[in-house]
Amino acid sequence: MSRLATGGRIDRTAPLRFTVDGTSYPAFRGDTVASALVAADALTVGPSLYRRRPRGVLTAGVDEPNALLDVAGELLPATTVDVVDGLAVNTRSGVGRLRPEPDTARYDKTFAFADVAVVGGGPAGLAAALAASAGGARVLMVDDQPELGGDLLAGNDSVDGMAGSQWVAAARETLRARPEVRVLSRAGAVGYYDDNYLLVAQRRTGRPGSAAQRLWHVRAKWVVLATGAHERSIVFADNDRPGIMLASAVRDYLTRYAALAGQNAVVCTTNDSAYPTALQLRAAGARVVAVVDTRTAPPRDLVGRAEVAGIRVLSGMVVHGTQGPGRISGVTVSRLDRDDTLVGPSQDLACDLLAVSGGWNPAVHLFSQSTGTLRWDGDLAAFRPAHGGRRQRVVGAANGTYPLADCLREGTEAGAEAAEQTGFPAPAGPVPTAARRRGVLPRPVWLVPGTGDPGEWRDHFVDLQRDGTVADIWRATRAGMRSVEHIKRYTTIGTGQDQGRGSGVLASGVIAEALGVDSPGSLGTTTFRPPYQPVSFALLAGRDRGPLADPVRTTPMHGWHVAAGAVFENVGQWKRPWYYPRAGEDMETAVWRECLAARTGVALMDASTLGKIEVLGADAGEFLNRIYTNGMKKLPVGSARYGLMCTADGMVLDDGVVLRLAEDRYYLTTTTGGAAKVLDWLEEWSQTEWPELDVACTSVTEQWSTIAVVGPDARQVVGRLAPGLDVSVVGFPFMTFRDTVLGNGITARIARISFSGELAYEVNVAGWFGAATWESVLAAGADLDITPYGTETMDVLRAEKGFPIVGQDTDGTVTPQDLGMDWVVSTRKQFVGRRSHQRADAVRSDRKHLVGLLPVDRTALLPEGAQLVEPGAGTTDGRVPMLGHVTSSYRSAILDRTFALALVRDGRNRIGQTLLAPLVDKEIAVVVTEPVGYDQEGHRRDG
Amino acid sequence: MLLISCPWCGDRAETEFHYGGQAHVAHPADPDAVTDAQWAQYLFFRDNPKGPFAERWCHTAGCRRWFNAVRDTRTHEFLAVYRPGEPAPVLR
Repeated sequence: MSRLATGGRIDRTAPLRFTVDGTSYPAFRGDTVASALVAADALTVGPSLYRRRPRGVLTAGVDEPNALLDVAGELLPATTVDVVDGLAVNTRSGVGRLRPEPDTARYDKTFAFADVAVVGGGPAGLAAALAASAGGARVLMVDDQPELGGDLLAGNDSVDGMAGSQWVAAARETLRARPEVRVLSRAGAVGYYDDNYLLVAQRRTGRPGSAAQRLWHVRAKWVVLATGAHERSIVFADNDRPGIMLASAVRDYLTRYAALAGQNAVVCTTNDSAYPTALQLRAAGARVVAVVDTRTAPPRDLVGRAEVAGIRVLSGMVVHGTQGPGRISGVTVSRLDRDDTLVGPSQDLACDLLAVSGGWNPAVHLFSQSTGTLRWDGDLAAFRPAHGGRRQRVVGAANGTYPLADCLREGTEAGAEAAEQTGFPAPAGPVPTAARRRGVLPRPVWLVPGTGDPGEWRDHFVDLQRDGTVADIWRATRAGMRSVEHIKRYTTIGTGQDQGRGSGVLASGVIAEALGVDSPGSLGTTTFRPPYQPVSFALLAGRDRGPLADPVRTTPMHGWHVAAGAVFENVGQWKRPWYYPRAGEDMETAVWRECLAARTGVALMDASTLGKIEVLGADAGEFLNRIYTNGMKKLPVGSARYGLMCTADGMVLDDGVVLRLAEDRYYLTTTTGGAAKVLDWLEEWSQTEWPELDVACTSVTEQWSTIAVVGPDARQVVGRLAPGLDVSVVGFPFMTFRDTVLGNGITARIARISFSGELAYEVNVAGWFGAATWESVLAAGADLDITPYGTETMDVLRAEKGFPIVGQDTDGTVTPQDLGMDWVVSTRKQFVGRRSHQRADAVRSDRKHLVGLLPVDRTALLPEGAQLVEPGAGTTDGRVPMLGHVTSSYRSAILDRTFALALVRDGRNRIGQTLLAPLVDKEIAVVVTEPVGYDQEGHRRDG
Repeated sequence: MLLISCPWCGDRAETEFHYGGQAHVAHPADPDAVTDAQWAQYLFFRDNPKGPFAERWCHTAGCRRWFNAVRDTRTHEFLAVYRPGEPAPVLR
């Protein structure tokens, strides 16, 4: 056991147990899985992904590359997983495994708005939050740790004359007392998007029955980034053994968790920051074999304090190799020459812990995501923020500002500025004070040489997650690559679960050496993209999954359809009955029966999903004249007209029927899927192009239920349904409508419109009377065996008549003329798209035309999408000219054969020709026909 | 996610809006009077500047009204929003 008897921020009154890979470990509340493993002397995890090398806990934060856990299906660093009693997790070697069973945990999302969002709860962030909230601004503090304080909890720094942790406690109380301040702990800001939009993933523990995680969508008027810095490692031979840890992690485990990572430590550093680690290890009773410092003149004060503690400082030296076999048992050190070569004799030092500090990288990820730019600081040997976005500041270590006193000052100033900029007073409070010392600049070392050719250094690890080595980087640069982006993709360095959080800048340093350039500064970094930390899809989805993933729209008659055993089809968000199978029927027989009923008796369909739009205003007629290809201005009140609309480039956009309700009032139907698009289209033209026209549009899709009553017996049924209505051919002609009261007392608007060629009526009633009226229609036709039919039968009936469906038989490259619908295109007025019909491409003779196809074999059903070619089409050049494709294909009950619609090049001039549809296993021969396959004379529409 | 100021509704999230391309591209008053090339220019050709760009937006999930905006395509910053029919503001 390496748990110290006292100290740390763990709750020793709350002992816990948990298992990793089936082995049970003790812990206390406040432990992470990683800290409990360190305390149990069980550092070793892994093995590594490709090389199967033993690895150990390296860090104490989100940048952990080795200690990865499968936590209920999520791949998470052990350093970020809080121990709860009974937790059972497994280690993973860099690759997660998707669980096949559904995740039943609950995830929530919520929205928050703040005047000022502060990201990071260390000294700079706390100072910023205190200053920003002093005048009453709404401040949201986002911190990924379980408790505020950051580095102040791990160090022995003083602030305002008190211990760091005491100052943190006081700051926390001050924030808690301010009602407009909200603190989110265990909350990682994973994405920073335009206009200060932050995505925050918050982990919640110990709350049975509540959401396991919560996603916060945050919009802030001002953002202060105080995201700190990450320590980086150094690349030397065998730098990946268990027992090699970042110096700051060793200190974190010691001071925050009272866990001693080793008994005999060597500290290897390029900078001042590792000295406190050495001193605290010593104070905790460990032996510190040596501090190995790359600088020839380390700061005298730190060297003095080390020597007083009995710690040897080896200056101008570096670790260049380690011994195993598993966990580290010793290191080899040598003198480092000015040009980073090794000189002089090596010496071996026995140890069970190597604490490494290769310098610090400001955590600029969120800053960069928000389009902030970076610059290389040679003194700090780090990329630091250069130019940030609007309404944003970056402070403290994230800004490359490391001395505590300066962090507190920057944070306070940024907080006060944020308050002022968002309209709140910023009382000039004192800046918290901390001791200052004059440091010595680091001497960065990226790559400690091995022997021979760097192209062979396969045990110098750059990216532990990808097992990426110096040899990999040399291979990339020797292949001619110069850009860090290319090298990243070639070597996969930086593409692991940690997305290069730990290895990114280190890789740039090694690449700089490989290319012989001065510093990583001239190479830049790879692009920082969200998410900064792993986020589960389940959290992003929240409750919007399964039945709640997308809204479902149903008509008022839906319950009847379900009870009748309808099979449903999704049309956009609508559920529409596809067909109504009777006992023993498959789809083909059901549709065959439904088609015959509509053609020979009477049938009804729920057409309520049709898009419906009312257009009002003195200029409504003029407006619609400009939108539709045919005239609508002179349509008499009480009449209906089929209408087609085009986009400005002349292609078919949508179609439907237009009813003129009054001089200044029209009612339009659209395709089910095109309703929203058409309303947007009408708004766009009326608002942006013709604002002078008096016209207003509104959707009435949900306000009406629509029932199509179709077939030779439809007149009889509608006559019974609406006893007050003259349903005779003369009294109620085709393409007119009547307002009437049905026998059931419901007011209805009945139109004589046919999408099947048969005698047909569309009965429209107020939406909520849809179910009752459906029942009334069924009752009125009961003795005539009235048959409900679905969308498949509707499709067959309309295709038999050659009526195209926009979006199925057209695809945005089809003009009305291509469809053979010149009759609906006015030559006497302007309309949207008309000029395009005169373009050379629109008038060429060999465009694809809508035609009918009759398979020579009357039973052969063409697949929709099948390509069409000429019989015997040459393949000498390796290609067969494609003439077009099948857009609709069905079995026709009334024709007792299969048939299809197709778009065929120069199709109207091929009528009578035989073409081939080559399929995988056969060819189907088809004869090209007119699109109208049934009742070409149109005799049936009046019954 | 952009924060867009609808001239009628005020600041709203980008997801409420629909983008409408370049602003001030007028439909030719008499389409029959323009050449095929001029018509093609109207249909298919749009500016793509790096910098301020006058463009159309529609507050689709809000008031359903169209408006114009000048946005800097480098930073996505909205420099101005204005109602249809109003001239593009002169930016310094």
